[in-house]
Amino acid sequence: MPQKQFREVIRDAIREEMERDENVFIMGEEVAEYNGAYKATQGLLDQFGDMRVLDTPISELGFAGLGVGAAMNGLRPIVEFMTFNFALVGVDQIVNNAAKIRYMSGGQVKIPIVFRGPNASGGQLGATHSTSFESFYAHFPGLITIHPSEPYDAKGLLKAAIRNDNPVIFLESEQMYGMKQEIPDEEYLLPIGEAKIKREGSDVTMVADGKMYHVAKQAADQLAKDGVEVELIDPRTIKPFDLETVIRSVRKTNRCVIVDESHPFGGLAAEIGFQLQREAFDYLDAPVLRVTTPDVPAPFSKKLLDAWLPGPKKVIDAVNAVTYRT
Amino acid sequence: MSNNKSDLKSKTSSIIRATDLPKPTRKTHKGLKISEEQLLELYKSMFLQRRFEERSMQMYQKGKFGGFLHLYIGQEAVSTGSAFALNDDDDFITAYRDHGMGLVKGITAKEGMAELFGKKDGCSRGKGGSMHFFDTEKHFWGGHGIVGAHLPLGAGLAFANKYNNNGRIAICFFGDGAVDQGSLNESFNLAQLWKLPIIYVVENNGYSMGTAVHRHSAGKLSDRAIPYGMKFDVVNGMDLFSVIDKIGEVAEFVREKQEPYFLEVVTYRYRGHSMSDPASYRTKEELEEYKKIDPIERLKTYILEKDIAKEKDLEAIDEEVEQTVLDAIEFADENDFPDEKEMYEDVYTDHDFPFHS
Repeated sequence: MPQKQFREVIRDAIREEMERDENVFIMGEEVAEYNGAYKATQGLLDQFGDMRVLDTPISELGFAGLGVGAAMNGLRPIVEFMTFNFALVGVDQIVNNAAKIRYMSGGQVKIPIVFRGPNASGGQLGATHSTSFESFYAHFPGLITIHPSEPYDAKGLLKAAIRNDNPVIFLESEQMYGMKQEIPDEEYLLPIGEAKIKREGSDVTMVADGKMYHVAKQAADQLAKDGVEVELIDPRTIKPFDLETVIRSVRKTNRCVIVDESHPFGGLAAEIGFQLQREAFDYLDAPVLRVTTPDVPAPFSKKLLDAWLPGPKKVIDAVNAVTYRT
Repeated sequence: MSNNKSDLKSKTSSIIRATDLPKPTRKTHKGLKISEEQLLELYKSMFLQRRFEERSMQMYQKGKFGGFLHLYIGQEAVSTGSAFALNDDDDFITAYRDHGMGLVKGITAKEGMAELFGKKDGCSRGKGGSMHFFDTEKHFWGGHGIVGAHLPLGAGLAFANKYNNNGRIAICFFGDGAVDQGSLNESFNLAQLWKLPIIYVVENNGYSMGTAVHRHSAGKLSDRAIPYGMKFDVVNGMDLFSVIDKIGEVAEFVREKQEPYFLEVVTYRYRGHSMSDPASYRTKEELEEYKKIDPIERLKTYILEKDIAKEKDLEAIDEEVEQTVLDAIEFADENDFPDEKEMYEDVYTDHDFPFHS
């Protein structure tokens, strides 16, 4: 199987779906002539033309809303945000219009739209360019939120997202676009809402999404050297969340650490923690712990940023705490 | 500042008086190719919107339903003239003052009243309410509650029509308050840049809630089109014929040239912004002046003067409309509320996950 980069599989998924269904089109800042700020849309303009691959002005409210209106009227837009940090100026279009119009119309309108682009921190970009939005979007009813960590998952899930009749938030990462993985030549789709156990273990369950999956994996590899076997679960989809897979694992390991780049208050880790105490209380041998970004904006200074972003050491500390090895 | 007087208030503009509206068209119904039969239908449609809302107000006051109720009374020539001038499959979208627009696009009085009551056979199955009437089969795309938020949706409706080259155009109505939203800039820019077949219509009824237009918007509303190179005009919105004439002309331009147009329709709402608003920010004289140019009375006078129908014929129409509205109230009253499981329908929900509690 050929090795492909994350950005290449995003492009392949979009291309395959545009070839399959002429109602699919993509728009966003620099997606056409510039070939994408992160080259995720390279070559699409040449193949599909400027009615289906559209450069937008820097106008997130405008083109997000235009996408929703086009979806209401029968098209299947893919809206690229250069990063989800910029989507905040248009978030009313996502949270009020994309997510609620089907409901408010009593089911008369469906809104098959994918909002995609890089999420979360990407180095020393300062506070406004470093927010992780998976918990934020998952909070709102009506939105599907997908946060893959690896190219294989990203391709199959993006294709499924484009074919889904609901609005989907598809979160990528600048820091993962160059990441490679073996990708089958033949077409495949992955089901939305299914987590994957990516490393089996019996001592502690670890749940980690997006970029944090790789942090968790490093920690798990390190812990294995000390004889602690981590069961690492990548939820892949944030909402619908595959709670069953996590509960099944916790019933086996009796311990759980959640690693998530969101802020802590009311975040994904808080939700999983609540569900575990409700659904697996009798199986827990230690309190569920979480490793998240702290409740402060991202600092610029490298030293502070390194301390702000969850790293393997913090994850190992959390595992040591839930296994009472400290 | 050395004194308490700010220079924040514009000194150049003031409240638009009924006597200052753009001149109505001099064209007759024949000149506009409206048959006598159609003319009576138009009268009936306007009167239905009026009575529907007057009765809605009573039902609201009787406690039959809650929430917001924004009445369109006074502005009926805009909805009626637009629907008449455009094709049935042209795509309409508007803000929250949407009852009249829904009715002219084919929502029945029963479906509309049931929606106000929050009942299961309402036009949005009781999930939208007053501000969110929908009938997408009739190309009525809502009913939107956030000021200015539906302007890009209108652009999207038009984009899909252009993408499919289906000959349909979109028309997007909003109030004068929405002109101040950033969404107008973004939508106008995209619409002109991508040559989208859409008519943007600002229904300038003089007030953004309680703030008079000269106190909330700098410059003339219609001039907002200028920086984009968008064609624009201003029309008298209290006169049905003027609306029909102008929307017809604009629609032809938009359909043929495949580019947007911005129309300012100067109109007036007789009631407050919503039911809780006594409208103390305006004078009684101002309201009375507008009532003298009431669009329904004006059409009635025209019909009688031209001897198209007799007083008793119009009274018969009035009675028929009255009965339609009373039947709608009875229907809404007797219609069931949606089943509780409906709460989880018509939206993506995760049925396997315990978010419901």
